[in-house]
Amino acid sequence: MSGPISIQPGETFTLNVGPQHPATHGVLRVKMEMDGEYIVQAETVLGYIHRMHELMGENRTYPQVLPNLSRLDYLGAMGYTHGHVLAVERAASIEVPERAEYIRVLMVELNRISSHLFWFGAFVMDLGGFTPLMYAIQDREHILDLMEAVTGSRLTYCYFRFGGLYNDVDDDFIGAVRAVIPRLRKSLKKYAALVTGNIIFRKRLEDIGPISAEMCRKYGATGPVARGSGIDFDVRKNEPYSMYPEFDFDVPVYHECDSLARYKVRMDEMEQSLRIIEQGLDKLPDGPIMPKKKPKLIKPPKGDYYQAVETARGSFGIRIVSDGSKNAYRFKLRSPTYSNMHLFDEACQGMMIMDALAMMGSLDLVIPEIDR
Amino acid sequence: MMKNIIKQALTDLFPSPGTVAEELGVETAEDEVAENGKKKKAKKKEDPPRVNGVLERDHAQYGYDIDVQLEPGELLAAVMIIDKAGFFIESITGVDWIKEKQLEVIYDFSRYDFDPCRVVVRTRTPRENPGIPTISKIFAGANWHERETHDFFGIKFEGHPHLVPLLLPEDADFHPLLKDFKP
Repeated sequence: MSGPISIQPGETFTLNVGPQHPATHGVLRVKMEMDGEYIVQAETVLGYIHRMHELMGENRTYPQVLPNLSRLDYLGAMGYTHGHVLAVERAASIEVPERAEYIRVLMVELNRISSHLFWFGAFVMDLGGFTPLMYAIQDREHILDLMEAVTGSRLTYCYFRFGGLYNDVDDDFIGAVRAVIPRLRKSLKKYAALVTGNIIFRKRLEDIGPISAEMCRKYGATGPVARGSGIDFDVRKNEPYSMYPEFDFDVPVYHECDSLARYKVRMDEMEQSLRIIEQGLDKLPDGPIMPKKKPKLIKPPKGDYYQAVETARGSFGIRIVSDGSKNAYRFKLRSPTYSNMHLFDEACQGMMIMDALAMMGSLDLVIPEIDR
Repeated sequence: MMKNIIKQALTDLFPSPGTVAEELGVETAEDEVAENGKKKKAKKKEDPPRVNGVLERDHAQYGYDIDVQLEPGELLAAVMIIDKAGFFIESITGVDWIKEKQLEVIYDFSRYDFDPCRVVVRTRTPRENPGIPTISKIFAGANWHERETHDFFGIKFEGHPHLVPLLLPEDADFHPLLKDFKP
């Protein structure tokens, strides 16, 4: 080595972020062309945890592929299995009892809160604040314990069945959920006081990482990313499925288009999910959790079926092309973070690298879900 | 209703002399009768004919509203209409119809507003030397979707700026979702 490296004015260098970088929360690699601290161009490199779930969906029967769906997004797995059971029920015309559908909504919303809580902790940690992660994980632990008691697993749930559920919830569970709601409300207030108003936190996010509504449309961004850009889009409202039309809840939308707006959307969404859970507990009807008549072997008639659901990260779509056999002919998974991540390459141009990493955190990435 | 507007726009785009609109009316009447009778009969009914490649679907049964079948050459014009109408791109994917020796490419578009209308655009290309024009110049988000479809099916998207493997290894020369793929 002969002396320090000097960079001439106007000269750029390539910086490799990842694939094992803590800020990317998984095996994601971004090749950045840098001019000093500023990003000239970025190229995302994917595929480090690609497992070809779509081929597995063709090789296995519909029930066999159900556990795969919860391996896509390990933080909000319930929403993804919900999409799959709804798609197959639509294709094979299976009726679902009302009680089962209510419990599904409860579970999906509980999972949405636990996913957002973990995101909140990790996001603040990205920005340099370690303590909120500990609070968030503690709250999330209460939810995971509740869900473990019913579903038997902590993250990769396989609780839904075609036509219903694996097992029913008992009074203990309902009581425990009722007890958790005020505790979470209190925590959300604590987070608002501790983090949302923090001046350092706000300076890192306000007016930083702009994503325009038009960019969202061109890239197909959904979920909190789109709602932080002033787009009032939530599959639960726009294309109602399951029992969501029965519930009274709001869709938080912010028009600032910056990283802080995306943060606020998720924090408000937790409050709305709590509202849905409260209503669901009040309305929970009695009855069976599996239909009386259900085909032993699921063979949807020939056709092309699509089902979209709102997961914690955005609009997740499943396409099943059936040829009438017990396996799907084509099994396509439309992952929300795939589209949300795609706009990063364009949006981060001209930003400073620390701001770009803060914006990446605000996109709420789960890499196994991008790579599938 | 956006559904009717976009259906009309796409129907008028490529008029073909083969189909007559009156046929469609007869078919829908039969459908209603079948639904009143037994549900099973309605399901077994064959699809109504497409008018210039456009078919309206029951959202509750299929999950989308408009189903458009196009030639690869007609794709860009149709996607431009969809873009102008304010749709966002959901996904692009392929299906390998090995018996018909064709590869199908499916484009999904949907809307952000409270007028739900999912448009599915389908186009087919021969299995040998498959090629389809890229739409990444209209929808920037199509870039990755097309790269993924190229990975899995080997479909060449002509004019794509950067058609290298995205999810598969960078030296991959196989296409795992082709039905004759052997690992």
